[in-house]
Amino acid sequence: MSAPTLPTRPQAVLYFGTCLVDLLFPEAGLAGMELIRRAGVRVIYPADQSCCGQPAYNSGYRDEARAVAARQLAALDGDLPVVVPSGSCAGMLRHHYPELFAGYPLEAEALALSRRVFELTEFLVDVLALRPEDLGPPLKVAVHTSCSTHRELGAADRIGQLLDGLPAIEIVQPRHSAECCGFGGTFAVKQPAISAAMVADKCDALLESGADVVVSQDCGCLMNIGGALARRGAGPRCLHIAEFLLERTGGQPL
Amino acid sequence: MSDARERILARLRLVPGAAPPAGTVPPAAPEATIPPTERVAQFRACLEAVRAQVHVAPVADPAPLLRRLVAERGIRRLLYGADGPLAPVLRAAFAGVDGTVLVPYDASIESWKEDLFYGIDAAVTSSLGGIAETGSVILWPDAAEPRLMSLVPPIHFVVVAAGQIHATLDEAMRVQRWAERMPTNALLISGPSKSADIEQTIAYGVHGPKELVVIVTA
Amino acid sequence: MASRSDFGRRVELALGSTAKRANIARAMYGLQHKRLAAFPDRAALESLRDAGEAIKRRALARLPELLEQLEASCRRNGIEVHWAETVEDANRIVLTILRGQGARSLIKGKSMVSEEMELNRALEHEGIEALESDLGEFIIQLAGEGPSHIIAPAVHKSRHEVSALFGRMFPDLPRREDIEGLCATAREILRRKFFAADAGLSGANFLVAETGTIVLVENEGNGRLCTTAPGVHIAVTGIEKLVERMADIPPLLKLLTRSATGQPITTYVNFISGPRKTAEKDGPREVHLVLLDNGRSRMYEDPELRDSLRCIRCGACMNHCPVYVRLGGHAYGTVYPGPIGTVLEPQRTGLDRLGELTEASTLCGACGEVCPVRIPLPKLINRLRFDAVRTDGGPTSGSGRRRTGREALIWQVWARVHRSPRVYRLWLALATRLRRLAPRRIAGWSDARELPRPAARSLHALARERGFCDE
Repeated sequence: MSAPTLPTRPQAVLYFGTCLVDLLFPEAGLAGMELIRRAGVRVIYPADQSCCGQPAYNSGYRDEARAVAARQLAALDGDLPVVVPSGSCAGMLRHHYPELFAGYPLEAEALALSRRVFELTEFLVDVLALRPEDLGPPLKVAVHTSCSTHRELGAADRIGQLLDGLPAIEIVQPRHSAECCGFGGTFAVKQPAISAAMVADKCDALLESGADVVVSQDCGCLMNIGGALARRGAGPRCLHIAEFLLERTGGQPL
Repeated sequence: MSDARERILARLRLVPGAAPPAGTVPPAAPEATIPPTERVAQFRACLEAVRAQVHVAPVADPAPLLRRLVAERGIRRLLYGADGPLAPVLRAAFAGVDGTVLVPYDASIESWKEDLFYGIDAAVTSSLGGIAETGSVILWPDAAEPRLMSLVPPIHFVVVAAGQIHATLDEAMRVQRWAERMPTNALLISGPSKSADIEQTIAYGVHGPKELVVIVTA
Repeated sequence: MASRSDFGRRVELALGSTAKRANIARAMYGLQHKRLAAFPDRAALESLRDAGEAIKRRALARLPELLEQLEASCRRNGIEVHWAETVEDANRIVLTILRGQGARSLIKGKSMVSEEMELNRALEHEGIEALESDLGEFIIQLAGEGPSHIIAPAVHKSRHEVSALFGRMFPDLPRREDIEGLCATAREILRRKFFAADAGLSGANFLVAETGTIVLVENEGNGRLCTTAPGVHIAVTGIEKLVERMADIPPLLKLLTRSATGQPITTYVNFISGPRKTAEKDGPREVHLVLLDNGRSRMYEDPELRDSLRCIRCGACMNHCPVYVRLGGHAYGTVYPGPIGTVLEPQRTGLDRLGELTEASTLCGACGEVCPVRIPLPKLINRLRFDAVRTDGGPTSGSGRRRTGREALIWQVWARVHRSPRVYRLWLALATRLRRLAPRRIAGWSDARELPRPAARSLHALARERGFCDE
């Protein structure tokens, strides 16, 4: 299911920060909001939001997921587009809410919401047509696209499009770039040995690529890869694309 | 065992819900469009890519070509269908050729299996045409040219009429009306036998013929 | 069958086998490239997948009716049709046929259904020799192992291992180290077996109801030899392998060979529609078709899980699965490994016994992306995770049996916190203010990575501060 199309640029958007960003990487969330605000669109952060419910949904606990998802439907109610700085959570809202609520009350609301959900880079490219001005030094950047962004949203190319406009950036392609990093939410904890093998290979590939920075749409992947690189004590910086863009365009580091 | 049949079918029939109406045509898959003038070339390219050999016979007389190909390989005993469409040409071609004996497949396999498995150097068959898209030869073995001819001997010569090379399998099935008249065994042969089971590396002649030699006639 | 600790141990073993991992990874990445090269036109590929999905959907929607049509067509052609509910039934049927022939040996083409049946063991128990003729299956049979991949059963072995194996088992034959030489050795050995076999067995890639035809694809020629040289041919297959019409075959054939190995077509495509006719000089005098259920009719009952019956056994899902690439097939402990195995096997054997397989996935979607008939594999894996812990008695065998008090409590508490905005904001305030008390390690996670600490201020707090709040 691809990104919604908007007939005109919206006056305002709702911003769904995601629980991971909320607690662990708020600067990434803020960077996204700042980028949108600077483009002249009002950003509203509904205070009642919490979590899209995916962790419970992927563990098979659908009733619990639905209870939490219902609250997000209320918090995100209305007509405004919803922008999400995470491919995985955007995928949950766009693809899986209709499944989760099929045959339940709020099915119509879930469908209505799914039609106005944008992952952040989709919004920056497709709606805002952002052309960031590059004020940074030359840098080698590797792009890690989360599996959801790649396969659920079909939005893997948006980071590349944003980076294309930055002349001092050289994009490097690590081996097996489209392969999963091994995060998978609870997978990293439930099947730690397999997850460790996957992230080890991902780190090897990133180190070999010569990248100075790894950017991604998803803080989950960055937490996984960044955490593994930190354990090795080596390797590129891991940044959410929003933070990276803000830095490159002279926005204040948060 | 009819109990099992009834129980299986009964379970399958339990399911409610709409089935697509009978005869609903699925969306047409894109058909390769290979113009007739390019079919032989495409056919040849695909076969040669998998180490089959393709020779285009001069219109008038395929005999010299056949003799040469057989002699080149030192074939002494060449299996053929004595009642098959190639029989007259073959008999004429090899009459008086010292090094090669034409062996007719004229008895049931049970009576001469050992000879077939261990005493035949090559076989030559006709075909029902070919498929350009995949470089495939269409074979419909029958009483005159039985199945094992194209399988047991290490070399298989097959004659394909250029005019019978279809663009795709779908076209061949339609034009040749397969659904109405399936033989005991119909085959598509697209190269010599091969396997990549060891280290994903291709090796030829694993069980079927090691050489497939296709002779295209106008 | 696999218990939790069994799977975990096999995973550890697999991850620790460096050489095997390298063999498997090299093969899988190679197959990924080959598939990509075989489908250069993206739009054409998607159109072809649509056609494949539609054909299989239509066939499944009419399955009982088409099975009857298949049976009638086969009978008309002289093929004897047998129905088996369980693998025991199927083995019994095969044994009866073989005993009726006085057969003492059976030569086998590749058949995953025969692995489901554990046919070789059942036959050997009755004093009938079951010989694998597919090169990969032949190798692992000699090694006493099971297949690690549904298309390339010996993918985990190097040529040196194969050479050593042949050297041990056939000490009289010249020892070869090169691949071509190893194949020549196998050809010579198996030629004698084809020659002497009393009966031959195959699977079926497709069954055509319209014409009563068994369609088989292969590269080696052993399948043809098994189904032509001996006097009896037995085909064993699942009831879901059916398609309605001969015209359905070309698109599915295209999808199968390109998805599996990147080949435009296999060396041989074999259409078998009957035993030897009176005037014919070779071919089996009897052809038997054994239709196996073994849980498929149960999968059929659930409209969502029924999608898993579309599978044409190409292996693309496992070729592209990042978990399979690192584990190989043996770690799964099942007949079918990889994503399709993760969906089929717990349904067949029970979520209580094999449900853990559904956890061995990040739901990355690589499998669903390449499935030629668009089986929504990640969705089905997630569905089985739900079935494993649901409390309302789901249709899948072993439903609810993986639910633990502990995990249920975790999610209940999680839901309590996250469905109440005020409780959630309280949690955020506590977690950020007391960040120094946050755990430094979490089991599993911290074996391989550093753990981030909660931020000093949550996004909720920062957003409010920066004026991004609701009006």
